[in-house]
Amino acid sequence: MTAWTDDGELEVLTFGLGGETFALEAVLVREILDLMPETQVPGADRLAASVINFRGRIIPLADLRIAFGMTPQEDTTDSRIVVIELMLDDEPVLIGLKTDRVNEVATLLRDAAEAPPAIGMRWPRDHIRCLVRQGGDLIVLPDLPALFTTLIARGGEPTIH
Amino acid sequence: MSATDPIAAFRIEGGELLDEVEQALLDMGHRLDDMDLVNAVFRGLHTLKGSGAMFGFDALAQFTHHCESAFDKVRKGVVPATSQLVAVILSAQDHMRALLDGRATGGEAAGDDILAALEAAIAEAAGAPPAAPAAKVAGQGWHVVFRLPADCMANGTNPLMLLDELRDLGPCRIVALTDRLPTLEELTPTHCHIGWDVTVETDEPASAVEDVFIFVMDDMELAITPLAVDAAEAPADPANTAPVAAPATAPAAPAAAAPPPPAPPAAAKAAEHVRVPAERLDELMDRVGELVIAQSRLSQIAHQDGGLALRSVSEEIERLAGELRDTMMVLRMMPVASLFGRFRRLVHDLARDTGKAIDLVTTGETTEVDKTVIERLFDPLVHIIRNSCDHGLEKAEDRVAAGKSATGTVHLSAHQAGGEVLITIRDDGRGIDRARVRAKAEANGLIQPDQLLADQELLQLIFAPGFSTAAQVTNLSGRGVGMDVVKRTIESLRGTIEVASIDGGGSTITLRIPLTLAIIDGLLVRVGSGDYVIPLSAVEECLELSGEEDLRSQGRSLITLRDRLVPFLRLRDVFATGTPADPHQKIVVVATGNDRVGLVVDQIIGNHQTVIKSMSPLHRHVGSFTGATILGDGSVALILDIAQLVALAQPREERLRAA
Repeated sequence: MTAWTDDGELEVLTFGLGGETFALEAVLVREILDLMPETQVPGADRLAASVINFRGRIIPLADLRIAFGMTPQEDTTDSRIVVIELMLDDEPVLIGLKTDRVNEVATLLRDAAEAPPAIGMRWPRDHIRCLVRQGGDLIVLPDLPALFTTLIARGGEPTIH
Repeated sequence: MSATDPIAAFRIEGGELLDEVEQALLDMGHRLDDMDLVNAVFRGLHTLKGSGAMFGFDALAQFTHHCESAFDKVRKGVVPATSQLVAVILSAQDHMRALLDGRATGGEAAGDDILAALEAAIAEAAGAPPAAPAAKVAGQGWHVVFRLPADCMANGTNPLMLLDELRDLGPCRIVALTDRLPTLEELTPTHCHIGWDVTVETDEPASAVEDVFIFVMDDMELAITPLAVDAAEAPADPANTAPVAAPATAPAAPAAAAPPPPAPPAAAKAAEHVRVPAERLDELMDRVGELVIAQSRLSQIAHQDGGLALRSVSEEIERLAGELRDTMMVLRMMPVASLFGRFRRLVHDLARDTGKAIDLVTTGETTEVDKTVIERLFDPLVHIIRNSCDHGLEKAEDRVAAGKSATGTVHLSAHQAGGEVLITIRDDGRGIDRARVRAKAEANGLIQPDQLLADQELLQLIFAPGFSTAAQVTNLSGRGVGMDVVKRTIESLRGTIEVASIDGGGSTITLRIPLTLAIIDGLLVRVGSGDYVIPLSAVEECLELSGEEDLRSQGRSLITLRDRLVPFLRLRDVFATGTPADPHQKIVVVATGNDRVGLVVDQIIGNHQTVIKSMSPLHRHVGSFTGATILGDGSVALILDIAQLVALAQPREERLRAA
């Protein structure tokens, strides 16, 4: 996982999801795509229920709303797919993330970051790396490796119910 | 890029050198006095020592040095080659490999043990009279005429150093042969056009002169004649470079003295090979796959609304992309010789461990198979060959009693048939004991007592998990793990296994493997709103599931197909598509091994040449799919894992039956 720089800064890409603002390390981002046809993978976990064709490679498309218990929403013209590359089990893995809209590349300050509080939050704590206050807004930094590693370990749901 | 790491490059090169040394040593087991082999081993060891020291593998260089010195004695005829010596060097060779990989355990002690054994072998061999005493010529010296290959300097050979080495033997008179100098406009300045005529006065034997040329000997013209003989003849014609065999050379080294046939073909051949990291080939394969997909989109557009010009360009690109893909497939092909070669050592060791005399005969080594297939075939073949040697072949005395030759034979062969490669492992041992297989399977509960089985079904039981007929577990085989792994590996390669056995006459195991893993022929079907690919090789037939049959079969999910009941799976239910069924559903009957299952789909779209892409790690645990592919319009279709689906269908059937 990318660390804060010595100056206590972190360059991130911020995006909107279910009315909240999320951020992920800018160095992870490979590409930002318009929506494209997706193919459902029967039996896969709902967090990454489909795949897309990313330049001839077949990559999973993850919907972080599932991890944060948000209700699925219709795609809009602002919807984008952010393709990131994560190291999972020492293996680089490309993953597409569905977002409601992509905002900007911003610099977060460690001084403004806080560990997720134990109460007052409806999201699972272990899905969050930290919360960062920025200009009166609260930005959520999800713990992506943790999220997807549990997915690899757990595997999909059985195909036949 | 790791390819530029000199250490890694040396490891690869050293590994190949050791492979060559090993092959030569194994050959020597049969032909102890073959000087070509002795020289091949010596050269391999010498090169390994030299480059090992250069790249900092000092332990390796030192150890190799001892073995090389020992072998030098054999080469010079001081001691004869013995099978004991060959065996010691073989084990030394293993130690070198361990040193090379940096995983040597036991440290110097292990090496010292081997060196002690080596000393003993040499001492014993020296006790025996030398097989080919080196002829000491009491002549005054040698007349040497040699010409180096034109490109020798590009390979790092320095003719002046060779001349210096000759001078070390004694006073020399050196005359340059300039008769092959081309005219100035044809002259390539980096080539060596000059030959040398050297008269050297020395008491050393001819082999000492040959030693000077040992690393260039294969490609050069060399004639060595004793001075006494030379004096009796007319002075050697400088232009006459035809090989003159040295009559006084030790008889054991005729091949070394006679220059091999003209070198240029060999030199040119070496230049034809380029070493490419496998991952680059895979990348190229990916790109070609994408190109094929992009091309099929282009051709779709061209046929919908393109003009004549666009259509003709599109067709041109279609042809080129197709050819490129075919060429690409060939690039990934490797002859199975590299695979078969690795089993010679295995059989050699097995023969030693079991105390049986075993010959490994291989045929069809030039058959080519996809590189990934070759890699994955190694383990299954090890298991099968071990089984043949350990269980199949009898002890020598039993064989003689049965009227067979004392030496057992394992025959490994490969040949191509259509899109498949057939690899056959045949032994002439006692064959598979059907009664024991049956008894064992019944004891393990794999089959019911008195259950009727076809012969093939019975023999296939040896691949069932936990099955072993060996009464005794040896360290070689018989633990009951292995053969089921063989079956699983072969199935993961989309291959099949056939077993044949003659009581007392041996058994034959045939593996049928598709030529490539990267592209398959698939049947494209639609289930709900999704497209799926069924590997065509698994498809037996397609039929329609009529509406009334559909209704009638709600309760039992079985159809009658030519007097056989075939269970079927509704893929719409399996994949929980939640869409209404098409009015004209189809059943695709697929088979793996002996199980047949019908898959109910909404629509059969047609044939599709499929470039297989692996699933992301996030989806690797999802059963029922082996991979995915990209369709002409850029969308993704999943490839069904037939074996998995059939396995899923079985318990369901049982549940239905029980209900």
